[in-house]
Amino acid sequence: MAERILFNLLQVAVVVALSPLVSGVLSRLKEIIQSKRGPSIFQPYRDLRKLFRKEQVISQQASWLYQATPYIVFVAPIFVTLLIPVLTAYPLYLAFMGDMLGGGFILALGGFFSTIAAVTTANPYGAMGASRTRMVGFLAEPVFMIVFFTISFVAGSTIPYIVQQYWVTPPTNFFEPAHVLLVLAFLMLILAETGRIPVDNPSGHFELAMIDESKTLEYSGSGAALMKWGGQMKMFVLLCIFLNVVVTPWGLAIGTSPGAVLLAIPLVLLKILAFLVVLVIIESSLSKLRLFRISEFLGAAFLTSMAAMITQFLKT
Amino acid sequence: MMAHAANPAVLIELNDLASGLFLLCAFGMVATRQAQACLHLFMAQSFFFGISAILVGIHPLAWDLIAVGLLNFVTKLLLIPWMLRYTVREEVYERREIVQAVNVPTSLLIALGLTIVAYFVAAPMLRAVAETGYAKVNVPIGLAALLLGIYTLAVRREAVPQLMGLLAMENGAFFAGTAIVSGLSLIAELAIAFDALMLTFVMGVLTRAIHEHVGTTEAGGLALLKEK
Repeated sequence: MAERILFNLLQVAVVVALSPLVSGVLSRLKEIIQSKRGPSIFQPYRDLRKLFRKEQVISQQASWLYQATPYIVFVAPIFVTLLIPVLTAYPLYLAFMGDMLGGGFILALGGFFSTIAAVTTANPYGAMGASRTRMVGFLAEPVFMIVFFTISFVAGSTIPYIVQQYWVTPPTNFFEPAHVLLVLAFLMLILAETGRIPVDNPSGHFELAMIDESKTLEYSGSGAALMKWGGQMKMFVLLCIFLNVVVTPWGLAIGTSPGAVLLAIPLVLLKILAFLVVLVIIESSLSKLRLFRISEFLGAAFLTSMAAMITQFLKT
Repeated sequence: MMAHAANPAVLIELNDLASGLFLLCAFGMVATRQAQACLHLFMAQSFFFGISAILVGIHPLAWDLIAVGLLNFVTKLLLIPWMLRYTVREEVYERREIVQAVNVPTSLLIALGLTIVAYFVAAPMLRAVAETGYAKVNVPIGLAALLLGIYTLAVRREAVPQLMGLLAMENGAFFAGTAIVSGLSLIAELAIAFDALMLTFVMGVLTRAIHEHVGTTEAGGLALLKEK
């Protein structure tokens, strides 16, 4: 019992501590592939430290929502971390509290508050970004639903630990058509949810074209740092669900010894690194879609997830 | 039937995977805007059809099905793209977006509806034929690909993408056919393969001629008779 609580805390510590590193590696890889040198992979840590030291300026018109949002955005991914397999293949102390849909709702809660806060600032770009994020969000919602229903249909459960076990044994399960198509649909969903290139340009600094970033424009000092860190953790958590549960369900700690759990950390990081390379290739070879073509991208994702469901339905 | 019951699960599993990707390519052909991407998706679809035919042919062993798969690789992955490159190069390889009568998100929803229709149409057919492990997945998906091909043919307004729709229909029909007709004669597939080749060639030459005369191959724009 004690070790399960401890591992659960370790899991949270890993997500909190390593998520800036992942985003640093991602931007560095992207610079390398564009034949630039790029900043150090530890740059996000420096940015966070700098922002925490700076003074926070709050508009007089801003409501309490504006001040509460950074904390909600920061805490939401931590709650999800308690529910999902980050390091271990068996459920930890608090994992009984929710399934994958529950995790999705908690992440959506953070998104909801950041949208509302962006509107309350009265900065026109904030409201614009907020409405665009909602547009992407409601188009992504049906895909999200169908993906999770298909996963639960195939694996017979929405608990991430059981789903993860289902793909591992027997190995033929891994090559099921539903699984391969689900991976594709989920990948497109992740590109949309984390604001990656066919949908949104994360490194763009042109306010009129921003989708995700413009919501945090008004924040400064520690508020900005929390929003940034929360975004990085959200990405880490989504990658953990994508990689540990759906794509590569191997490499998680099976034993309960501290050594096995610690060994899982580099393995998970290795998986994430491999995925980041794929992500960078996708981002560098595609161009950003026009705003009104995002519906086509997510429509394609929806069809992919439906194809997964249909093939699964035909088999049984 | 005993031989069917002994089908190795792995072959069925791989065939299901090929079917899923086959369906995905059919969806992709409805969704894409580029003529070249449409051709590539058609090639990918033919590739998965060939794979599926070979898998169905392995057990119970049917050399003609394996030959059908290999023949399919040669015609649809090599000869048809080569022929299109030869006849209508600028239509496929150097141009632009396809004009479509219905916008893409609506098309995607219609495609989904057609797939569900195919599922319900296939259910009584499956009861009629001896149900092997392959037919259960191949027949509905083949029918769906057939309907999606017809849909592509109907909404695309240009000659080359319409040709793609026609060829995709043929793919879908054969995809369903290989799984239910165990003794599909090689002659039939040979005839169809040459048919498809000739079709591509004739359509290509025709398209080129129309393009030279009229300056466009938009079928929607050719509806009216005009004085020069």
